Amino acid sequence: MERHFERELDSLKTMLMKMASMAEENFHNAIKALTERNTPLADQVIEADQRVDALELEIDNAVVDILALQKPVASDLRMIIAALKINNDLERISDHAVNIAQSARTLTESSKVNTYLEIPKMTDVARWMLRDALDSFLHLEPEKARAVLTRDDQIDDLNRSNARQVINWIRDKNLPVEEGLDLIRISRNLERVGDLSTNIAEEVVFLTQARVVKHHADEKK
Amino acid sequence: MDSAIIQTRRLNMFYGDFHALLDIDIDIEEQKITALIGPSGCGKSTLVRVFNRMNDLIDGTRVTGDVRVHNENIYAPNVDLIALRSRVGMVFQRPNPFPLSVRDNITFGLEIHRRAPRREFAGIVEEALRGVLLWEDLKDRLNASALSVSLEQQQRLCIARVLVMRPEIILMDEPCSALDPIATLRIEELMRELKKQYTIVIVTHNMQQAARVSDYTAFLYLGQLVEFGETKQIFTAPAQQKTEEYITGRFG
Repeated sequence: MERHFERELDSLKTMLMKMASMAEENFHNAIKALTERNTPLADQVIEADQRVDALELEIDNAVVDILALQKPVASDLRMIIAALKINNDLERISDHAVNIAQSARTLTESSKVNTYLEIPKMTDVARWMLRDALDSFLHLEPEKARAVLTRDDQIDDLNRSNARQVINWIRDKNLPVEEGLDLIRISRNLERVGDLSTNIAEEVVFLTQARVVKHHADEKK
Repeated sequence: MDSAIIQTRRLNMFYGDFHALLDIDIDIEEQKITALIGPSGCGKSTLVRVFNRMNDLIDGTRVTGDVRVHNENIYAPNVDLIALRSRVGMVFQRPNPFPLSVRDNITFGLEIHRRAPRREFAGIVEEALRGVLLWEDLKDRLNASALSVSLEQQQRLCIARVLVMRPEIILMDEPCSALDPIATLRIEELMRELKKQYTIVIVTHNMQQAARVSDYTAFLYLGQLVEFGETKQIFTAPAQQKTEEYITGRFG
C-alpha cells in the first residue's frame, strides 16, 4: 500500500537534503574565502546563511505537522526525530561557516598571516566527516555513519595542537593577539563542524538500527 | 516471567478445521495492561477468549497446549467454569447491561453466585459504582433502567458488574469502540486506575490506544504471536519486520 504518509516523508527528506547541500556549500565557501583571501565570498557565506535559517524553520514546521497529524511510530517516528535533529545540526554547521567567514574577512583585511597551522588538514577531515555523515543519511548506511564517529578524536587533537601553536607564535614570533584569536576561532569552529557531523552520524545509527550511540550510551548498557 | 498471572505454552486453537491460533507462548504479567493488536481475523479476540474459556460456547472449538492462570491449568477436566469466569471477567465491545435497573445490574451476579447477603448489597453497589467513577453520576438513578444511561456510563456499569465478582483479571474486547474519543480517554484513565488492583488484557484495533494505555503489547498475525514486548519498545523499535509494517500502516 502506497501511503500518503510516504509522500510527506519523501518531501521532508528532499527539504533536508536541500538544507544539507546549502550548509555544506556554505562551509566549503567559508574555507575557500579563508584560504584564497576572498572577501566577497566570505560575504556571500554570511548572506546565504539567512536562507539556511529560513529553510530550517520550514523543516521544523513540516516535522510538527507530521507529528501532529500522522502520529508516526517505529521507523517512521525515528526518521522524523532524526530529521528534526539533523535539521538543527545543519543549521549550526552553517552558523559555524559564518563564524569562519567572519574571521576569514578580518584576517584577509589585516593580516600577513599566510600559514594556517593544521587548519587545511582539519578542513579535510571535517569535510570528509560531513560528506560521509550526509551520505550515510541519504543512503541509510549505518556502517558509514559509524565510521564517521571514529574520526572525531582526530579533529579534536588537531584543534588542541592549533591552540598550542597559536600561543607559541604569540609568545615567540610576535603574532598579533587578535590574529591569533581569529585562528583559534576558525580552528574551534572546524572542530564544531566535526562534532555536528558526528551528531548527524549518530542520528543515522539511531534511525537505521534503533541504537543510541551518542555519549557512548551503547557501551554503558 | 515470574509475575506471570496467565501463561500459555504451545497453545493451539481450532474452530472446526480452521486453525485459529498457532503455538502461542505468552506470559501476561500481573497488575499490568497487556494490549493485543493485529489485523482483523489475526486471532486476538480468539486469544483473549481462551483466557476465560469463552470460546467453549462455540461448537466445534478445540484447544491444545497449556493455558495456566496462577499456574493452574484452566483446560483441565475438573475446572469450574463459573468460578473461572468470575476470576477472569470480561467486558465486551458494545456495552451490554442487562435490561434491568442500574442497581440490579450490579447485584445480579451477587445473587446468582450467592456472593453476599442482601443486606450488604447497598454498600457493594456504592463501592462498585465508585470504583468506576459512576457513583456521583448515578446515585440518584439506581432504579432507572441501565439502558437509559449514556453509552459510556453503560460501559462503566459493565465494568462495575465485573468488579463486584472480585476478579483478578479483566479481559476487554474492544471496550471503547462504541464510544466517542472523549469517553474513550476516560475509560483509558479508568483502566490505569484499575491496574493497581487488577490485571487487564485488552484487545484493540486502535493502535494509539494500545500505545497510550498498555504496558505490554502483543502483535498477532494469521494466528501467530509475531512479537510481544514492552509497549514502548514495540512502538519505537519493533524487532520484527511484520510488526513494523503493521504499526506504521504499511499493511493491515
